[in-house]
Amino acid sequence: MPEVDLAIIGAGPAGMAAAAAAAGGGARVLILDEQPRAGGQIYRNLGAGDDARAYLGPDYFAGRALIAALDGAGIRAEFGATVWRVEPGGRVVWSQGGKSHMATARHVLLAGGAQERPTPFPGWTLPGVMPAGAAQILMKTSGLLPRDAVLAGCGPLLYLIAAQLIEAGAPPRALVETQTPAAMLGAMRHLPGAFAAFPMLFKGVRLIARIVAAGVARHTGASGFNASPTGDGGIVFSFRTGRRAHQLQTPLLLTHQGVVPSTHISRAAGVAHEWNAAQQAFQPKTDDWGATDVNGIHVAGDGAGIGGAEAAQAAGRLAAFDILYRLGRWSADARNQRAAADRAALRRAWAIRPFLDCAYAPAPEILAPEGDTIVCRCEEITAAQIRQSYAEGAIGPRQVKTATRAGMGHCQGRMCDLTTRGILASCGAAPAAPRARSPIKPVTLGELAALAAHQETSS
Amino acid sequence: MGAGISEITIIGGGVVGLSVALGLVRAGHRVTVLDGSDSDLRASQGNFGLVWLQGKGADFAPYCELTRKAVAAWPGFARDLADLAGIDLALDQSGGFEFFTDPAELANFAAALDRQQAHLGNRFSHEVIGGDDLRRSYPMIGPDVVGATFCALDGHVNPLRLLRALRCAVVALGGRVLADAQVTGIVPGPDGGFDLALRGGGTRGAERIVLCAGLGSPALAAQLGFITRVRPQRGELLITEKLAHRLPFLSSTIRQVDEGGVQIGGTKADAGPDDSETLEVMAGLARHAVQVLPALADVRVVRAWGALRVMSPDGYPVYARSSRHPGASLVTCHSGVTLAPLHASILAEWIDGASNAPELEAFDENRFALSDAA
Amino acid sequence: MKIASRFLTRPDTTGTVRLTVDGAPFTARAGDTVAAALLAVSGDAFRQTGKGAPRAAYCMMGVCFDCLIEVDGQPNSQGCMTQVRDGMVLRRQHGLRRLSGDEDRA
Repeated sequence: MPEVDLAIIGAGPAGMAAAAAAAGGGARVLILDEQPRAGGQIYRNLGAGDDARAYLGPDYFAGRALIAALDGAGIRAEFGATVWRVEPGGRVVWSQGGKSHMATARHVLLAGGAQERPTPFPGWTLPGVMPAGAAQILMKTSGLLPRDAVLAGCGPLLYLIAAQLIEAGAPPRALVETQTPAAMLGAMRHLPGAFAAFPMLFKGVRLIARIVAAGVARHTGASGFNASPTGDGGIVFSFRTGRRAHQLQTPLLLTHQGVVPSTHISRAAGVAHEWNAAQQAFQPKTDDWGATDVNGIHVAGDGAGIGGAEAAQAAGRLAAFDILYRLGRWSADARNQRAAADRAALRRAWAIRPFLDCAYAPAPEILAPEGDTIVCRCEEITAAQIRQSYAEGAIGPRQVKTATRAGMGHCQGRMCDLTTRGILASCGAAPAAPRARSPIKPVTLGELAALAAHQETSS
Repeated sequence: MGAGISEITIIGGGVVGLSVALGLVRAGHRVTVLDGSDSDLRASQGNFGLVWLQGKGADFAPYCELTRKAVAAWPGFARDLADLAGIDLALDQSGGFEFFTDPAELANFAAALDRQQAHLGNRFSHEVIGGDDLRRSYPMIGPDVVGATFCALDGHVNPLRLLRALRCAVVALGGRVLADAQVTGIVPGPDGGFDLALRGGGTRGAERIVLCAGLGSPALAAQLGFITRVRPQRGELLITEKLAHRLPFLSSTIRQVDEGGVQIGGTKADAGPDDSETLEVMAGLARHAVQVLPALADVRVVRAWGALRVMSPDGYPVYARSSRHPGASLVTCHSGVTLAPLHASILAEWIDGASNAPELEAFDENRFALSDAA
Repeated sequence: MKIASRFLTRPDTTGTVRLTVDGAPFTARAGDTVAAALLAVSGDAFRQTGKGAPRAAYCMMGVCFDCLIEVDGQPNSQGCMTQVRDGMVLRRQHGLRRLSGDEDRA
């Protein structure tokens, strides 16, 4: 079993920056990612040869340097590698090409990034409804442009994607935003603190101006989302603004309510988690360096709390510096000195979060849906069933799961954990983060069994 | 006896506590079940769901007989619960196998079944089937299987729906089930009755209590003068993605749940309070599954978990009424699913004092006192 | 492929990878995932759930498992995590997956 100083799970901005920094300090690094190449979701498919897609904008192409740095000495990168178990003690198990592999690392950095917040509403499981981020992935990986799409929800990503689509000559039919003018006003009090992030804010304002100039219909303060199928496979999207009911027809409804940390891996590794009320998501408890309460495990990037790509890079480097210190390669002084620039970058990047979290808070009807809205897509469990289980005495995530089967399918709760939490909270409970266990992605019995055969022959 | 005091308070809202509660509420008592927190160990949420006789009590005739009686009572019990709670338990008692890849282990187990046969006579029968005969009937069974034992009385049930159905049935009959009511201490009153301390600082009075708190019971049992100290025994389980195909048989280690997933389990480890899933055991379970059924090799495991069995010192149930504190009883076992119909009937009557139930006497905890003295 | 793609036809599509879905041939771009290749040519569902509800690829990043499809005989493969290969045989699933060796009777 190979031994390394540092195993990094996830080759997005945090993981790539950490790999380069740790290898630069002399550590032997193994970086694993389940996608075919480095970049994470933000720089997905960047460097795959097709850079004609200028409509994706300069921020996308800014990832090139990080990806190139992975070729440096001391870094072994494995792609198509789905990590399904991380043990305290540093043993990492991943599936690659139908076979499971193991490595033991003195330190593990979890840099699994984020996923889109599940956006349950009636009809969200229909073909023709997708997360906006999924459409962006299709633009990045396959040059696929949504046809007459409606963008619905809230958050800066919605503006970015709308602007990218306009730039690409495939403007969306409409932009339907759930955030209210009141929320935007409330968020204004965070603006003085966001001054350090002025360039970022300015980018946002420019995006909105671009969308307005392109003549895309824009609705704000929307609620009562509902999607139903048309006879020809299209989507009828209904919603309200104030007392006014709207209906839009589209082949593709793209929804977004922000992104949330991917925490299955950190929860399954036994790391303590806490509720971030501003971001309405669970996140691992970490110190200033990304260290967790489990010895030998750090978390950095969006997986530790949503901060965006620039914050993730800085946090990845800070974690790498701390790991170099813990490996005995650097003194505390060297670590602290090297950290100064990244600490400043992190402060700049974080400065805008209170404003964004407040202005683009997810819609209450999405956080805690009711009635027949599907909550668990895998097991097809509705909000009413979750609420019924609470009424029967299931007061926390584990009891809800065992009573209803919500979270028992292939996705292991990734698409319903937060909604279950939201429903329980709306009922008055204060649920803790649900426990996660390995395998954190499904793995075949044959692949698992091969590990047993291996153990026998090697002992 | 103040107003508002339930006549009988059950400490523990798992399958055992709720089964006893169902029996007592049916007998007309006012019953309150105190259930703990979401993060409690809860063996009832991690078990395998067997309704199983094969191999049970080969070396302890009373357990053999008790289990046989429980298995026989299951069809009626499942119908009752379905009527009361409107929840189908997916009971299937069409027989179960125990598969072996080691001839010596098969011989040992077959000998145990012969002893069980001696206890039960014509109320039990089993078969020992060679590997090739097995494959003639079930061609999908793998070549590593050297043989199997079979008992036509064995079966399984959906254990999570059983838990939910019991809870709903107790409530439907007028019982109360209180969530997040973890009992942290019990003080027997000088003139009978008990004061219960609850986590978070609350207290409540109880006229009579039944301690069914699983692995949460040792400290409380001691406060009541019971000598039984249960210990955890870890079992690990895997469950796969759902299959449209129905597996044609059930075994004590591989069973297809009614929703379609294949559950694999049956391991035992003394790991204290650690309910982690371990790589070595997961791999071993998977290897067993593909040895028995090679076609499962490309089926994905979607969840794995460890769960802690509630084991008494000799592994058999404990049914004890306190002589020092009349009105306090202790019920603990690790076969709460199989024994549920009896817990909801003869055990409840015995706790109630309505019957003597000689078949339960062998399960008093005085057997531990005797063995300590010996 | 009854429903038109929900995406614009790619101008630079030089479909060099040939594959079939439910026996019907189509082409994809090298580097596409199975999910992207299907979305590019059709707006149809990828599968029906155990309860018969239609589902198509959703998150495109390996999280939601809605893009499950049979790839070269392996049921429940994640379409968004599988790269297309020449000669690949895709089958849409109707209900729960089958067991290997158990021919789909649907």
